[in-house]
Amino acid sequence: MQHSQTVSELRRFFHFVLSELKPKGNMLTPFNLISIPIMFAGAVILVIRFINGLGAVTNLSQDFPWGLWIGFDVVTGVAFAGGAYVITFVVYVMKVDKYRPIVRATVLSGLLAYIFYAGALFFDLGRPWNIINPIIGNSFGFNSVLFLVAWHFLLYMLTELIEFSPVIAEWLGWRKIQRILKSLTVGAVIFGVTLSTLHQSGLGALFLLAKSKIHPLWYTEFIPILFFVSSIFAGLSLIILEGTLSHRVFKDQIDPHKHGSFEEIVLGLGKGAVISMFAYYFFKAVIFIHEKHWRLITDFWGAWFLLEVIGFVLVPCFLFAYGVRNRSVGIIRLASVLTLVGIVLNRLNTSIIAFNWNAPVRYYPSWMEIVVTLMVLMAEVWVFRWVVNRMPVLGARRQVALQA
Amino acid sequence: MDRRDFLKVAGAAGSGLVAKQATGQESGDRKEFVGVLVDTTRCIGCRACERACSVEHGLYVPDVESDAALEQERTTSERQWTIVNRYETDKGTVFVKKQCMHCWQPACASACLTNAMYKTKDGPVIWLSPKCMGCRFCMVSCPFDIPKFEYHEWNPKIQKCNMCWERLQMGQKPACVEACPTDALMFGNKRELMEIARTRIYRHPEKYVHHIYGEHEVGGTGWLYLAAVPFEQLGFRSDLGTTPYPEYTKQFLVAVPAVFFGLPALLLGLSLLAERKSET
Repeated sequence: MQHSQTVSELRRFFHFVLSELKPKGNMLTPFNLISIPIMFAGAVILVIRFINGLGAVTNLSQDFPWGLWIGFDVVTGVAFAGGAYVITFVVYVMKVDKYRPIVRATVLSGLLAYIFYAGALFFDLGRPWNIINPIIGNSFGFNSVLFLVAWHFLLYMLTELIEFSPVIAEWLGWRKIQRILKSLTVGAVIFGVTLSTLHQSGLGALFLLAKSKIHPLWYTEFIPILFFVSSIFAGLSLIILEGTLSHRVFKDQIDPHKHGSFEEIVLGLGKGAVISMFAYYFFKAVIFIHEKHWRLITDFWGAWFLLEVIGFVLVPCFLFAYGVRNRSVGIIRLASVLTLVGIVLNRLNTSIIAFNWNAPVRYYPSWMEIVVTLMVLMAEVWVFRWVVNRMPVLGARRQVALQA
Repeated sequence: MDRRDFLKVAGAAGSGLVAKQATGQESGDRKEFVGVLVDTTRCIGCRACERACSVEHGLYVPDVESDAALEQERTTSERQWTIVNRYETDKGTVFVKKQCMHCWQPACASACLTNAMYKTKDGPVIWLSPKCMGCRFCMVSCPFDIPKFEYHEWNPKIQKCNMCWERLQMGQKPACVEACPTDALMFGNKRELMEIARTRIYRHPEKYVHHIYGEHEVGGTGWLYLAAVPFEQLGFRSDLGTTPYPEYTKQFLVAVPAVFFGLPALLLGLSLLAERKSET
C-alpha cells in the first residue's frame, strides 16, 4: 500500500517536472530570436576551442594570458553578483524586512551568476578536466590565493543553493522539506556573507602577484579591499537595474501591493550605494595621494584612470545621493547604469587593459570570445526566465500549480 | 620481556631516534639550492645552449648556424625554453641567455592552486603535468614572463625551463651548461656561485658592473648574471624589487583565517541583536 503510494507520488513528481520543462508562452520573442542564433554560434565556437585549443578562437597570447573570459565573465561577473550577499545580510542578519520581497530574485540571480560566470571559467582553463585537482585533495596549493578563491566559489554556490532551496521545495510542493530547508537559511547566509567577503577580495588579491605588470595607478596593496567594497555597490546597482527589468518583463506575476514598496526598496538600495561608493572613492583618493600619483595623471593612462574614478564612481555616487534625496527612481537607475560601467572599467583595467600596459602588442578580444561571453549571459537569462516563470520567486501567484 | 631488556630496547630506540634527528638536521642544513652563473662577458652567442636544451627536451631545435634569429630581441616560447639575445651596448656586442630564473621563492609556485608549478628541494622550479589545470595564473604572476602556454593544443602544456631536473637527479649538469664552450655558464650551488661571481668582480672591477643580477632580485634567484654594462641595457628589468613575490599575498592569506572564523561570530551576534530589537 505504502509502496504503491510512493510510486504514484514519484510518477506525479516526474510528470510535474516534465511538464514544467516545456516552454511556456510565445517562443517568437525578440530576445529569443536574437539569443538562439548567438547561443548556437557560441556552442560551435566552443567545440572548435576544445578541439584546436584556446588560440583557435581567442586572441590570448603569452603576454596576455587572461582575456575577456576571465576579465569580464569571471572577475566582473562575480562583482555584479555581489548583491546576493548584501541583501541576504540585510534581510536575514540585520532583520530588515523591507527588502524581503526582493530576496528570492536576488539570491536566484546571484546563484545563476556564479553557476554561469564561474562556469565560463571552464572554457578558459587549458586543461579543464583537472579542475577537480584542487578540490579532491591530491594537490592542495594552500599558498595560492586562487586556491582559496576556487574553494570559496564552490562553497558559495552551495550556500546560495541552500538559500534558494526553500523556493524549489515550494515549487515541488514539498512542505515538510521546505520547513527544514528554511531553518538552514540564516546559517547559510552567515556562511555565505563570510565566503563572499573573502572571495570578492580574493579576486582582487590575485592581481597582487602581478605587481610588475599592472599600471601603478591600478596596482595597490589594497586591491582586495577595493574589490570587496566595490562589489557592494556593484551588486546593489545590478539589483536596481534587474529589479526594474524584471518588473517590466514579469509584471503579471508581481503582487500589486508589492509594486508600491518597490520604489521604497530602490531608494533604500540607492542609499546603500551612496555610502559604499563614497567610502570606495575616499579610499581611492587616499591611496592616490599617499602614493603620490600626481605625476602619473598627465598621460593617456592618467586620463583613463580619472575617467573611471571620477566619471564612473564619483559622478554616479552624487547621482545616487541626488536621486535618494529627491526620491527620483529614474536618476537612481541612471546612476546604477553608470556605476556598472565603472565596475566593468575597473575590473577590465585591472585584469586586461592596464595589465602589461607597456606591452608592444595589445590584447583585444576576438569576435568569437565576445560571442561566447554573450552566450553565457543569454543562457543565464534563459534559465532565470525559466525559473521565474515556474517557481515562486517574484510573487505568490503560481503557488497553486502542484495542488491542482 | 623483562625490565632490563625493555630498557635496552627503549634506550637503543631512543638514541637511534636522536642520532637520526641529528644527522637529518645536518643534511637539511647542508642542502642548498642549485643554480647557474651566467657571465655575459664570456658569451660568444653561439647558441649551443639553445640547441642542447631543445634536443634534451624534445622541443623545436633552432638552426644555430644562421644568426637571423638574433636580429630581433626574442623571448622564450612554448617551443624553446631558452634563447640568446644580442644587445649592442657602449661596451660592444653582448649576448644574453634567457630562461627561467628559478626564483628562491617563486611567484608562479605560490600562484599555482594545484602545486603543478613546484619548487623542488634542490632548487629547480618544475611543472607537473597531471596536476595543472591550465589556468595560466603562473604566467600572470611571473615577473620574468617565463611560463609559456600552448595555445594551439587541445591538451596544452606550460612550457618552461626546469633546469634539467631529470638530468640533475642523475648527477649530471643542465644540458645548456654542458654545451657551453666558453664556460659562460657555470653550475653549482648559489653560495659557491656567489663567491665566484664576487671574486670575478673584485679581480676585474673595470670589466664588470658591480651588480650580480639575481642576488637580491625578487628575493634572490637560482640563476645569476654578471655583465659589463648596466643590466637595463641587456633587457633586464631593474624595477622588480627585492621582495619575494609570495610576500605580496601573504598579508591577505594571513587575514583569511581571522575573517573566516571571526566574521561568522560577529554576524551571528548581529543577527541575535537584531532579533532582540525586533522583539521589543
